[in-house]
Amino acid sequence: MSASLLEIRDIRVHFPLRKGAARNAGAVVRAVDGVSFKLQAGRTLGVVGESGCGKSTLARSLLRLVPVTGGQILWQGSDVLTFNERQMRDLRRDVRMVFQDPFASLNPRMTIGELVREPLELFMPELDTRSRQQAVDSMLAKVGLDPRVADRYPHEFSGGQCQRISIARALIGNPKLLICDESVSALDVSIRSQILNLLTDLQAETGVACLFISHDLSVIRHVSDDVLVLYLGRAMEYRAADALFDDPRHPYTRALLDAAPVPDPAVERQRLRTTLGGDLPSPVEPPSGCVFRTRCPRADTRCAISLPTAHTVAGGVVACHRLEV
Amino acid sequence: MSLLEVDSLAVGYRSARGLVRAVDRVSFTLEPGRCLGIVGESGSGKTQTCLAIAGLLPTEATVTGSVRLRGRELIGASRRDYNSLRGKQIAMVFQDPMSSLTPHLTVGSQLCEVLRVHEGMRGPAARRRALEIMERVRIPDPERRFDMYPFELSGGMRQRVMIALALILKPALVLADEPTTALDVTVQAEVIATFRAVIEHTGTALLLVTHDLGVVAGICDEVMVMYAGRTVECAAAQSLFAAPAHPYTRALLDCLPRADRPRGARMTAIPGQPPDLAALPAGCSFAARCVHAEDRCRESAPTLQSLGGAVDHGVACWRSEAAA
Repeated sequence: MSASLLEIRDIRVHFPLRKGAARNAGAVVRAVDGVSFKLQAGRTLGVVGESGCGKSTLARSLLRLVPVTGGQILWQGSDVLTFNERQMRDLRRDVRMVFQDPFASLNPRMTIGELVREPLELFMPELDTRSRQQAVDSMLAKVGLDPRVADRYPHEFSGGQCQRISIARALIGNPKLLICDESVSALDVSIRSQILNLLTDLQAETGVACLFISHDLSVIRHVSDDVLVLYLGRAMEYRAADALFDDPRHPYTRALLDAAPVPDPAVERQRLRTTLGGDLPSPVEPPSGCVFRTRCPRADTRCAISLPTAHTVAGGVVACHRLEV
Repeated sequence: MSLLEVDSLAVGYRSARGLVRAVDRVSFTLEPGRCLGIVGESGSGKTQTCLAIAGLLPTEATVTGSVRLRGRELIGASRRDYNSLRGKQIAMVFQDPMSSLTPHLTVGSQLCEVLRVHEGMRGPAARRRALEIMERVRIPDPERRFDMYPFELSGGMRQRVMIALALILKPALVLADEPTTALDVTVQAEVIATFRAVIEHTGTALLLVTHDLGVVAGICDEVMVMYAGRTVECAAAQSLFAAPAHPYTRALLDCLPRADRPRGARMTAIPGQPPDLAALPAGCSFAARCVHAEDRCRESAPTLQSLGGAVDHGVACWRSEAAA
């Protein structure tokens, strides 16, 4: 079996609560609690879930931007958690991130040219000035920006353009994995589809794998080969996108799909929705058994007692006791 | 006479680069018990329109045109006049429920404060009214939540409190600016359902500002699409979604990856970006991004023309007029 580009085994990220909060002394927030997945080169894994489900923490843990409590992160077969500083540096060259807020992620005092050139200076110091400049110009052209804008500053650009600059910055060192953390969520729809198309094109051209994080199921559905549905730090459903969207098996996935509004009044007014009652439980004191049971329309006594194991279904796995066979 | 009549409303700001036309001659009417959705992207003027109606624009704004609520002119109304209208006649729900609630007062005291100020109601009577409205907006366990502070509630619950605050005096008109944008999708679905039920029950008119066409489809009776400060299309929700007439509306609908459509396939994108509001083109403001644009579109701006047909469907496009 060939090693995956990235394999996550039972990863856990727990944050201890600050001491002194007497009531919760010693308590931890289970931001990510036992998640596993594999990502092959050139593929896209969509990670979807609501606020607080651990999507961003999961992404950050891959680059050890947050302390990992347990589990394994295998990058091309070797464990990232044992990497030394030199290996981490190589990893940071190979795994690049594009964040949600395009303005906050670009240094306002650097020009576009400097911003896009910076990763090259760090990761490919052997390049001479001339070939570096060529690389920057061609990268800017690839993301749809005129290389002549290289002397301008981020504030002179719109949100969509800044996101193009972030993408250029991420891809210029030929990374193997691109992590997009809500990268299109702050953009208007007409601009969002431009950026999604750009990502699709660049991925086809460079073969970079993509971990695409979003709260928006319709975007996840559009870009992903495989989908991981998270709820309160745990994986609910992890399946091939076609299988998951054609036949969602986990009650939470179904609820998410049901809740997504469809831009058509004829469809929208006729829909029968299973709306989830209640609120997201606290990640400090997650429910016993299945973490989703407090809002699940199908929960029974068994769900409160034991954690559901992953059942194999068409195209992947589902963690649910009440799975119809 | 309609409940709300907006006629040639314009909002401008002077800037170093010239006059910024945030809203440019927008007109519409709204009847009691109906919901009008104003849709558009950032900078399209939807929020400015909403704030102009509520009288909440900063003093630097130049507002012209007319906004009449039950025949009473609001543009140029004094602060005092507005204060007598806000709450009882006009109420607002904003996007961020955390920053719109007072953090150091309990939910109950904020609701009762409204009753005390506007109706002189106090004590158990006010408490009863407050609990009643909390129940109406489907806040579970209202007795317990009455004594809670905003930080103890989830985002969805806070937004319900905001809706309760807006509705407690049974206003004729509620202005809601992106009320579900900050919420998770499962919570959004519930909040929309609540809104819809409340309007149907009380006969309150709702002006909903949103960028989300899915939300509009779920709740609105009529829809107005704005682009660069102007209305480009205005129609009953059914006909707008079934037969969008303006190229911008069509493109906007095509841009959405939809859960009820086949997967894969390349997404339709609108090339370019919205124009600079301080330097609007002479012609149609969408012409630069429109695939159908011809010379006349670049020369003069089309006005909103009725398409005819059974429902009132207006569109501001030279080419649709030719087609009609």
